Amino acid sequence: MNNSPKKYNNTKATLAIAKGSLRSMLRSPSAVVFTLAFPLIFILVFGFIGGNGGIKIDVGVAKGTDTTNMVYQALKANPVVHLVLNKTEADMKADLEKGRLDAIISVQKNTLGGAPILLDVQYTKASRENSKIFASVINSMISRINTPPVITPVPMLVQLHESTIEGRIYKTIDFILPGQLGFSLLSSGVFGTAFVFLSLRITLVIKRFFATPVKRYSIVLGEMLARMIFSLIGALFIIMIGHYAFGFTLVNGVVTVVNMLILSIIGLIVFMGFGFVVSGIAKNESSVPPIANIITLPQFLLSGTFFSISAFPAWLQPISRALPLTYLNDAMRKVAFEGATLFDVSHQILILFIWMVIIYTVAVKTFKWE
Amino acid sequence: MAKQPIITVNNLVKKYDDFTAVNGISFEVYEGEIFGLLGPNGAGKTTTLEIIETLRDKTSGHIMVDGFNIETDGAAIKQRIGVQLQAAGYYPNLNLTELIELFSGLYGIDVSANEMLEKVALTDKAKSKYKELSGGQKQRFSIATTLINNPRIVFLDEPTTGLDPQARRNLWDLIREIRDNGTTVVITTHYMDEAEVLCDRVAFVDGGNIIGIDTPDAFIDELIASGFERKKEVKAANLEDVFITKTGKEWRES
Repeated sequence: MNNSPKKYNNTKATLAIAKGSLRSMLRSPSAVVFTLAFPLIFILVFGFIGGNGGIKIDVGVAKGTDTTNMVYQALKANPVVHLVLNKTEADMKADLEKGRLDAIISVQKNTLGGAPILLDVQYTKASRENSKIFASVINSMISRINTPPVITPVPMLVQLHESTIEGRIYKTIDFILPGQLGFSLLSSGVFGTAFVFLSLRITLVIKRFFATPVKRYSIVLGEMLARMIFSLIGALFIIMIGHYAFGFTLVNGVVTVVNMLILSIIGLIVFMGFGFVVSGIAKNESSVPPIANIITLPQFLLSGTFFSISAFPAWLQPISRALPLTYLNDAMRKVAFEGATLFDVSHQILILFIWMVIIYTVAVKTFKWE
Repeated sequence: MAKQPIITVNNLVKKYDDFTAVNGISFEVYEGEIFGLLGPNGAGKTTTLEIIETLRDKTSGHIMVDGFNIETDGAAIKQRIGVQLQAAGYYPNLNLTELIELFSGLYGIDVSANEMLEKVALTDKAKSKYKELSGGQKQRFSIATTLINNPRIVFLDEPTTGLDPQARRNLWDLIREIRDNGTTVVITTHYMDEAEVLCDRVAFVDGGNIIGIDTPDAFIDELIASGFERKKEVKAANLEDVFITKTGKEWRES
């Protein structure tokens, strides 16, 4: 622009596009639905299904149980045990057989002498794992109750020194939310970017832009900036709802949120690269969804959005480990739950950067302006 | 007005593979005139315009726009021209005010959206979306976007196609106003009555060549001098005059 009479401001043009694009996005129902509604629905569903995420043991309480004694009270206070009252004996029996109940208890005052309280527990083979857990709950409770407090110290042969490290309860939401956040970024990045650039191209909006002094990179940067702001607002919203409504763990509070947003930006840049490629390949708007789905669906299913990758068969795992969303999800979970720093997840970030280089190399070759 | 060329096109050629869209066109557009490019579809009008507008590369030839060479000073040219494209869309989901804001950002200047809309009598549509406008309103809005950077030249590609007679006349008034404010206008059209009343000079383009440049009057006089006669006797009014008289000059916005 040597001969330009006045200095043209590329930043101003970029920001003007970002502002227009952001306004447009906020008014576009599909953008809002994909970025916010879908992930939130999944989070709601899994948030409620998971409850507090830990193990729940459903225990039927037989009719006529004495609810005033310490055994019953101890069970009632135990967060793992869910006592089921108000069922007939026959129903309870049937539920126990089907595994809907993990055990049935009956607590009675012992009027025949011996221990003052009789505890009768029925387990079921239909729910082996939970029955076992309940058995150990019962055993530890009983040994605690039966051991009288030591009054006079006796010489000890073994001194037991126990310590428990401070662990955090890993809740369903801690697994689900980072996955949903990753998926939100993936669909917004791929679908959003592909649709916007394709429609700007075929409705000649971009051609009209080219009749102004705007630079091509300003158009791309402006659009990317708008999508980033939009998706980060969405991400923040998802994290906040997850945290306040479902107790999503943010180990280091604000720092964790900031780290998650930085990871979101890195992931989003990769996913927008896919979007640029799709917009270049697609001939018209109706061919965007099939092509975009080829990119998003496998990642949705195989990148540990819903299930841990370690649950997949061995032959599937290498595929999972090749996908960028896998690494974003992984890094998100480490940062949010384990309190990892971005440096700790540099391996995942490095792989995302490799994807970035690959996908933008392809995008530069396939992207079409007209 | 002194006839100072503001656009000089010299031997412009545009080839697509084995098809020649523009085959050695030369013409000048004078400062402050309304210049019409006329010709059948596929004659090369739009291609010629888009090359001058720096939207397309030429195969060969030499073009100067307001003293700038199209090859080396594309960016400077873009700052001093306004372009209305045939069938161009606008950014989705934005209202007219926001679109003007967007374009003023693209031109890197600050304008009052309201003032721009006032120039084309669309202030009452400031909060409407482009797609909600009528055909005439759409064209007037397109013209508003070409005026944002206070251009030296505006290019209008078939701005009146598909408009009803009232909207067409309304647009003519707007185009004359732009010219009277000192802006050169280059326009393409398929309507010869429009070219006749609107254009100061016209060029006929056919098969990628210019086959004549002159004032509409001179062309008509030349044809009559050659002995041409209309089959039907010319009356003092035509059917469009009847239409306008019967339906009124008031522009219907619907």
